[in-house]
Amino acid sequence: MTTPVKNPETRVKRPDESLFKRLTRQQLFIPVAALVLLVLFNLIADYKFFEVTMKENSLGNPVLSGNIISVLDNASELVILAIGMTLVTASSGGQDISVGATMAIAGSVILRMVCGGQVTADTMQMNLVLAVLIGVVVSALFGAFNGTLVAYFKIQPMVATLIMFTAGRSIAAWINNNQLPIVNDITFKYAGTFLPGIPVPTPIFITALMILVFWLVLKFTNLGLYTQAVGINANSSRLNGLDPKLIKLMTYVILGVCVAVAGFIRVSRSGSINYSRIAENIEMDAILAVALGGNALSGGKFNIYGSILGAYVIQFLTTTLYKYNVPSTALPAYKAVVVILLVVLSAPVVREKLANMKKAPVRAAKGVS
Amino acid sequence: MPKGIAVDNRGRLKDRAAMTDTNLLLTITVVVFFLLYLSAVFFLGGGFTKPQNFLNILNNNASLIVLSCGMSIVMITGGIDISVGAVTCLVCMTCAVNLEQQGGSILTVILIGLGIGLAFGAVQGFLVAYLGIQPFIVSLAGMFFAKGMTTIVSKEPVRVTNEGFLAVKETRIIVPGLGSNNKLGVYIPAYVEVGVIIALAVVVLLFCMLRWSKLGRSFYAVGGNSQSANMLGINVCRTKFLAHVLCSLLAGLGGILYFLHVGSGDVANGAGDEMNAIASSIIGGTLLTGGVGNVLGTFFGVLSLNTIKRIVSSLGFDEAWWSNITVAAMLCLFLVIQSIVLLRKNKK
Repeated sequence: MTTPVKNPETRVKRPDESLFKRLTRQQLFIPVAALVLLVLFNLIADYKFFEVTMKENSLGNPVLSGNIISVLDNASELVILAIGMTLVTASSGGQDISVGATMAIAGSVILRMVCGGQVTADTMQMNLVLAVLIGVVVSALFGAFNGTLVAYFKIQPMVATLIMFTAGRSIAAWINNNQLPIVNDITFKYAGTFLPGIPVPTPIFITALMILVFWLVLKFTNLGLYTQAVGINANSSRLNGLDPKLIKLMTYVILGVCVAVAGFIRVSRSGSINYSRIAENIEMDAILAVALGGNALSGGKFNIYGSILGAYVIQFLTTTLYKYNVPSTALPAYKAVVVILLVVLSAPVVREKLANMKKAPVRAAKGVS
Repeated sequence: MPKGIAVDNRGRLKDRAAMTDTNLLLTITVVVFFLLYLSAVFFLGGGFTKPQNFLNILNNNASLIVLSCGMSIVMITGGIDISVGAVTCLVCMTCAVNLEQQGGSILTVILIGLGIGLAFGAVQGFLVAYLGIQPFIVSLAGMFFAKGMTTIVSKEPVRVTNEGFLAVKETRIIVPGLGSNNKLGVYIPAYVEVGVIIALAVVVLLFCMLRWSKLGRSFYAVGGNSQSANMLGINVCRTKFLAHVLCSLLAGLGGILYFLHVGSGDVANGAGDEMNAIASSIIGGTLLTGGVGNVLGTFFGVLSLNTIKRIVSSLGFDEAWWSNITVAAMLCLFLVIQSIVLLRKNKK
């Protein structure tokens, strides 16, 4: 294997292979290509898609608005989830399908704390930081529950998380006492909308902060290495002195924390929660982001930046589809087609066939070994 | 002499001392169901003492029984299919639109239902069996595709007024000897709907197929160990493909039965049924790892699940959310039990 190159376009050309072949082999080829295609499509169809203007929002502050800002803003939850989902996928070879439901739980907990148990609150009844921390702890506990089932009881991740997928929104209903709480305090909505005086939506900053934190963690700790080791071969990593169960559990707890942050952003956008609809189908998008980023859904090596890019591509696709008046209820059908195309392209059988078509000698060499 | 085979003093094989996993888990399920129902009869009384109450569980869950049987077959081969609930919903909606707006008949409804099931099964089966993609991802995409398609077919609920259809829907098959007298002393016969008969026939057919047919046995062989199945000369890819086709076909049939029961198309139809089907299969003793399971167990799994739901609601927890939490808790319990059983077995 050659040294990993982050950006496929900047790689030096080698004489023995064509540019196209080298490009397609890069992990980030698919998301970058998808992004380029989407950008081109929108440029040709309507170049005004990329217009960014200053507008006054409902509070009279000048803020940036436009499709690009809306993509960056609305992708925030998805990007944060995709980070956690990548780690979970890498360590356990499966995905957590309960993230949407757990977001409903985390959001409900935060809102209930802030409302102080009432249905509507005009001022916050509790320190916001404390409320968010409680939400993070609750969500991490649910992550730990999933992680325990996966790591210690050896249940397939998707089936283990199916439990929370079913029960999550019901638990959120129980936390909310079947009511739909509303916070009218403007400071609560800062995290989901705009800080006073700053024209860029706050979720973009929160996402950037999360990306920075994970960049630092992956750079200065062994988390990334250990996760990949466990994902590639749990037994040999155990023989090397790692505790695969603990590491799997840890990735689920980390995902739980990511889910709580995403849930907080989502509830603070509107200051209310509809627990049966909030973040519906987001688990699908999060898994899609991981797959789109070129990560193997069966675990092992991962590239977290691929997933982040994948998440932005998905939001770009969603925004584009919305622009052409595709109803939100029909979106899953289109996305499902994209998922199927992606997994078919990345399926080992298909890849092998494609590779064999290109170079027959390699196949003969493989047959001997 | 391998362990676990009992031999008498002349060297002949005795009756197997230990039950197979399938039979052991089936026995547990049947016992759990009877314990649940009997304790409900003794401690709660009321509606539970009437036979019609039991028959209503069947009436309300004919579609779920069919879905769960399909799910069990896929799970026996080591796969999973979470698109069944959404396929049910798509079938209901398409049938309703066909009957109301395109002047369809019972025949077209059946064709549509089975056709949709077959299409989903063929595509998903191909992707899983021949391209080796994880069944969960494939069927997750299938689920979202079916959900999206349902709203494309119609967003509004469609209520069916077709007379021929309603006649079949309202047909009641009287079960002799199980009726009861109401408060006025009038004898009310116990009944089941047409769907129940179809569902029971499906259970019996599949039971025979799994136990005695070549295809049925190869499902177990592939799920138990696909490599040794391959060496035995079983076409593993084709078997997995057929399992997915059969499952989705049954999902289509389940959709028809659901439609027959509710008589309308709605985007909320069959919501969460994939979860109920998986839970029923697991409670019925089908192992997620494949190779172990039985549709008879699944049938009792459906009954147990719905008995629990009824018990919970008659205990006073009748808000909608308790039902979901109960299903999840029961699924969790049985998953953990299975996992412990398997882990202990592997240690030996």
